[in-house]
Amino acid sequence: MMTAELIARDGRLITTPQAEDAALTVRGLTVSYGAKPAVFSVDATFPAGSMTAIVGPNGAGKSTFLKGLLGIETPLSGEVRVFGRTMGRARRDIAYVPQRASVDWDFPARVIDVVEMGLYGELGLLRFVTRGHREKAMAALDRVGMADFAERQIGQLSGGQQQRVFLARALAQEARIYLLDEPFAGVDAATERAIVEVLRLLRAEGRTVVAVHHDLSTVGDYFDRVLLLNVRRIAEGALAEAFTPQNLQAAYGGRLAATQIDELRLGAG
Amino acid sequence: MQWSDFLAALTFQAGYNSALVALGALLLGLAAGGTGTFVFLRKRALVSDAVSHATLPGVGLAFLLMVALGGEGRWLPGLILGSALSAALGLVLVQAMVSRTRLSEDAAIGAVLSVFFGLGIVLLTVIQTMASGRQAGLESFLLGSTAGMLRSEAVTIAVAAAVAALLLFAFRRPMTLVAFDPGYAAARGTAVNRVDLGIMGLALIVTVIGLKVVGLILIVAMLIIPPVIARFWTDRVDAMVLIAAAVGGVSGWVGTAISASAADMPTGPIIVLVAFGLFVLSLLLSPARGVLASALRYRRFQERVHRRQGLLAMARAEPIHDRLTLRVLRRAGLIRADGVATEAGRAAVAAAALDEARWAHVRRTDPGDPVLERYDGLTALDDLLTRDQLSDIDRAMPGPGIA
Repeated sequence: MMTAELIARDGRLITTPQAEDAALTVRGLTVSYGAKPAVFSVDATFPAGSMTAIVGPNGAGKSTFLKGLLGIETPLSGEVRVFGRTMGRARRDIAYVPQRASVDWDFPARVIDVVEMGLYGELGLLRFVTRGHREKAMAALDRVGMADFAERQIGQLSGGQQQRVFLARALAQEARIYLLDEPFAGVDAATERAIVEVLRLLRAEGRTVVAVHHDLSTVGDYFDRVLLLNVRRIAEGALAEAFTPQNLQAAYGGRLAATQIDELRLGAG
Repeated sequence: MQWSDFLAALTFQAGYNSALVALGALLLGLAAGGTGTFVFLRKRALVSDAVSHATLPGVGLAFLLMVALGGEGRWLPGLILGSALSAALGLVLVQAMVSRTRLSEDAAIGAVLSVFFGLGIVLLTVIQTMASGRQAGLESFLLGSTAGMLRSEAVTIAVAAAVAALLLFAFRRPMTLVAFDPGYAAARGTAVNRVDLGIMGLALIVTVIGLKVVGLILIVAMLIIPPVIARFWTDRVDAMVLIAAAVGGVSGWVGTAISASAADMPTGPIIVLVAFGLFVLSLLLSPARGVLASALRYRRFQERVHRRQGLLAMARAEPIHDRLTLRVLRRAGLIRADGVATEAGRAAVAAAALDEARWAHVRRTDPGDPVLERYDGLTALDDLLTRDQLSDIDRAMPGPGIA
C-alpha cells in the first residue's frame, strides 16, 4: 500500500511522500455539507511522535477535516490510513477530543462518569466497572489535575475544567494518536499550560498529537509541525518550512495583516 | 368516584380484570420510564410523539384487512402488528426527511404526525360505519381504557417490558455515549444511527404495547414525564433510568386505579395527570434543582452579599440606607435597632476590612497568584490560605492606617 501511489496535484503527477513511520496518512479527503466542499482533496501525513497544529482562518474546514478523517462526517472521497491500516481496524489507536461546546454539559453525569466513557471500548457492553477501571480513570484525571473533581457534577465545571475532563477521557483510552479540536478555545491560562504539558508528555512517550489550533502566536511554542488549511491544503510540514509568511498569507488572504505576521516568530522569512 | 373502590383497585382487589389492568399499566410505566430516559436525554421527545401518532392508520388498516380476510377484526396481536408497522414507517419517514431534504426535524415531525393521524381518523370513521366496526372499540386506542384487558394482553405487556429492560441494560453504554456526545461516539466507531434507531425502536415497542392502556395520543407523556421527574432527583444516568421507571410504574398503577374506580374516566389522561402531580412535587421540592431550594439558595446568597456590603460600608464609616442590608445586619446581631454597631459588629467590621486589605495586598504584590482566581467578594482569604501564609501577608502589609 505504500508503493508507487500517484496523485495528481496542480496538473502534475507527483509521488506521495509516504514515510514508513507515518502514524496517520490522509489522501484526497473531501468533505461537503451540500454542494460546496468544506474540505477539498486534502493530503496530509502525520509522522509518529510528532505534534501538529492544524491552522487556518474561520470556516477553513479545520474541524471538518478532523471529523471527515474520523468518519464523524461521511467524506465524499478520500482514504485514511492509521499505521498502514484502515480506520475501521484502527479505531482503538485513536483518541478524539471534540470541541467542548459540542455537548450539553447539563447532562446527568459526574466527572468520573465522563472519563470512564474513555474505557467503554475496553468495557464492552456488559462488563461492570471494576476497581482497575476506576483507578485508570482516576489516573487520567490526575494527569490533567482534576482528581479532586471526580465526584463533581459536570454542569458545575468551568470551561477550562470541562476541557480537562474531555482530555482525561481521551487519556483513559491510552491511544497512540490524539486528535484534538480547539483544545485551547476559551480556557483559562492555567488550563492552557496544563494541557500543553500533557500533550508534550504524550509526544515524549512517542504518541502522535494533532490539534486544531486558532492562536497563531503560540503555534511556534507548542507544536513542531503545522498543517495550513483553507478548504485545500496550503502547506504542511515542520514549522521551519511550512509556517512561513507566504504560506500564512496564502491561507488567510487579506484577513491577516502583514504586521500580525511579522509579530509571529516564524521559521523562515 | 368511591374512595373504597379506589383503594380496592390500588391493592389489586377490585376483581381479576382490574387487577390485570393495574398490573399491566404498572409494567408499561416501568418500561416507558426506563426507555423514555434515553429518548429524553437524546432530545427526541417529539420524534416519539410522531411515532405514536403514526400507529393509528396501522390499527385501522389491520382491522380492515383482518375483516376482509373473514377474520375477527379486533384480534389484538394483529392490530398491534399493524400499528407497529405504520409507526416504523412514520419513524423512517421522519429520519429520511431530516437526512435527505432541507426540512428541519420539527417540520418533518409535524408533517408525519398530522398526516398519519389524519389518515388514521379517516380509517376509523370508515370502520365505524361498517357493521362489524361499531362495537370494535377502536376509539379506545386514542385515549386508552381499563375496560377488558385479557390475560394474554397483560402477559404481552410483561414480556415486552422485560425485553425492554434487558435491552436497556445491555445497550446502556452506547446509548449514554450517543446521548451525551455523538461526535465522540462516532469517532470511537459507534454506529450512531443504529443506536438512535435502537432508542426509537424501544420507544416504538413501548408505544404499541401501551396503545390499549394509555392510548396513542398521550403515550409520549409516559415516555417523557418520568425522566423529567427523575432528572430532578439525580445527576446520574443509571439512577435516572431506575427512578424514571419507578415513577412511570407508580403513575400507571395509581392512574388505572383512579380510572377504574370512577365511571367513564379515560385511563390515559388520568395516568398522565398522576405523573404530572409527581412532576409538580419534584419541581417544588427537589433539593438540587427544585424551585423552592433554588429560591432559598438565592435568598441566602443575597443575604451574604448584603452582609458583606454592609460591613464594608461600616468600615468606611458610610451610612447604610438599604433596608435588606440593615435587616440582615440587625438579625445577625451586628448592629442595634438604632443602627449603631454592637461589639460583635465592630469585630466583624474589622475582620471584613482586614480581609479586603489582604486581598488588595495580594493583588498588588503578586498578581499571578492563583488564589486570586477564587476572589468573588465574599470568600475570605482565611478560608483559602493557611495560617502561615496569612501571617506572611499581614507582616508584609503596610500599617492599618494606609489600608
